[in-house]
Amino acid sequence: MVDANVRHARAKRIFKRGAGRRAEVPWTFIAPALLLYLFIVIYPSLAGAIYAFTDWTALSQNVTFTGLANLKQLLSDAQARSALKNSLVIALFIPILQNGFGLLLALGLNTNVKSRYVLRTIFFAPAVLSPLIVSYLWQYIYNPFPDQGLNGLLGAVGLGVLRQDWLGNPSLSLGSIIATVVWQNMGVSMVIFLAGLQSIPKEFYEAAELDGAGASGRFRHITLPLLAPAITVNLVLTLIASLKLFDQVFAMTSGGPGYATETLSTVLFKQTFLFGRFGYGAMIALVLTVIVAIFAFIQLKVLRSREVSM
Amino acid sequence: MSRRYTWRTFVLEVALIAFALLFMFPLYVLVVQAFKPPAAVAASPLGLPKQLYLANFSGAWSAAGLGPALLNSTIITTCSVALLVGLGSLAAFVLARRQSKLSAGLFLLFLLGIILPFQLALIPLYQLIKSLHLLGTYAAMVVFHVGTLLPLAIFLYVGFLRTTTRTYEEAALIDGANHLQTFAYVVFPLMRPITGTVIILSTIIVWNDFFTPLLYLSGSGRQTVPVAIYSFVGQYVSQWNLIFAGLIIGVAPILIAFFLLQRSVIQGFASGLKG
Repeated sequence: MVDANVRHARAKRIFKRGAGRRAEVPWTFIAPALLLYLFIVIYPSLAGAIYAFTDWTALSQNVTFTGLANLKQLLSDAQARSALKNSLVIALFIPILQNGFGLLLALGLNTNVKSRYVLRTIFFAPAVLSPLIVSYLWQYIYNPFPDQGLNGLLGAVGLGVLRQDWLGNPSLSLGSIIATVVWQNMGVSMVIFLAGLQSIPKEFYEAAELDGAGASGRFRHITLPLLAPAITVNLVLTLIASLKLFDQVFAMTSGGPGYATETLSTVLFKQTFLFGRFGYGAMIALVLTVIVAIFAFIQLKVLRSREVSM
Repeated sequence: MSRRYTWRTFVLEVALIAFALLFMFPLYVLVVQAFKPPAAVAASPLGLPKQLYLANFSGAWSAAGLGPALLNSTIITTCSVALLVGLGSLAAFVLARRQSKLSAGLFLLFLLGIILPFQLALIPLYQLIKSLHLLGTYAAMVVFHVGTLLPLAIFLYVGFLRTTTRTYEEAALIDGANHLQTFAYVVFPLMRPITGTVIILSTIIVWNDFFTPLLYLSGSGRQTVPVAIYSFVGQYVSQWNLIFAGLIIGVAPILIAFFLLQRSVIQGFASGLKG
């Protein structure tokens, strides 16, 4: 038996050495994907980063480098500054709320409630829908008439005093948009957390219970640490997506009222395709890219260091 | 967990169901309003329809041009996803099996695309597609979607391949198959679970994309469902009975697919995005 194993191992070594080059997968297999990726993503992104430092517009005959002029303008332009602030607010609140709700739902459904499969499907369903279509639906839900949509619901349950012009009031509109995104995507966070919860061995909880740990102790010392990878993935994904937010704002408010819901993506769109200011639009995109990169990097560093392995 | 159904579980169940009902309120509004005649939409905004008024659906179908839009979306989504699966899996086979620095570097280059906002590439890419005379074509949409989704597909495929054994590939090679045959008959079939995930995630992303077709297909008559809905809503402002019928038709294909395949879809999101 032992002899056979030794012989097998030797044969394997010889095969590896002998097969050598022949066994390597040829580079040609990667060529189509790589060429397309360089052509569609890498080259245009690099070009965009360069255009960010030029005065290129739809009308200009020749393009000249203007250094940091576009960046200076971005920082002094009221619309762009509002967009920058809003994008940061969105990037703070959407990840917290979407993952907060997602975690609560996952904890609730990771029990033996009888309706758990039906409820999981219901909470997840909006995630497969077009964000644009969902936004049009919510635009109606938020309409200012007292008997319609959310206001109608509030009136029907005796909370009529809370009726608002949800999208028309500049101090509420950004929050209303955030709520729509959270509603649509909390199911995605939920299923990622559910998968994380289901991968935690039951024995850990049984052992902790025997040792006298209460529900909150088990949550703090078992669930949370072992859920850390799911938390990392969820936070990074929601952060990147929320910084790029476009469809929902475009459909519900187009950035208004005033600049109250403008985001980097909507300003970028307007400057580029309505005003033809390609260089300035590219600078907004570059600022967005740098913010996404910094945030994603910090999150990964901080969160990965908190993860424990089983 | 394996515990009994106690009164606490019951309270939790009631709370979750109550939250689910509140959660479904917008969908309830969408459905009831779509089946009402125009007058009833404003008269009883929250009530059930008295009878099913189906004229909204035929009206929205023709007014929004949803027939052609569904066809366009289907063509673009099918081609993009098929090409993505082919190119992505083949590229991942190289990246997962080659152990060199170059291989690791290329993998990182692809991963960069996951965080890179496509907005940065927007204008140069628009110029590029225009200079190739591809504006308004299916091809422009397909290459765009495949290019931008390759990072996700490669990330998923490489992650999967690294955990699978090479024994079968080695056996196929010893038996005289070349690498392409090995890939087609051994590796690709083994990757079926992750291919399912790639198909599900990319189908949803491509089908629902609004910004790119708005840009690259505008004025071409090849608009996709979200763009058709966008122009339709702009035209029929506040005719909510019609708009809601249009929205329902717009989400129906993907929602039906979701209900038919819900287990795989949820699994795909959970395992795929978990990485």
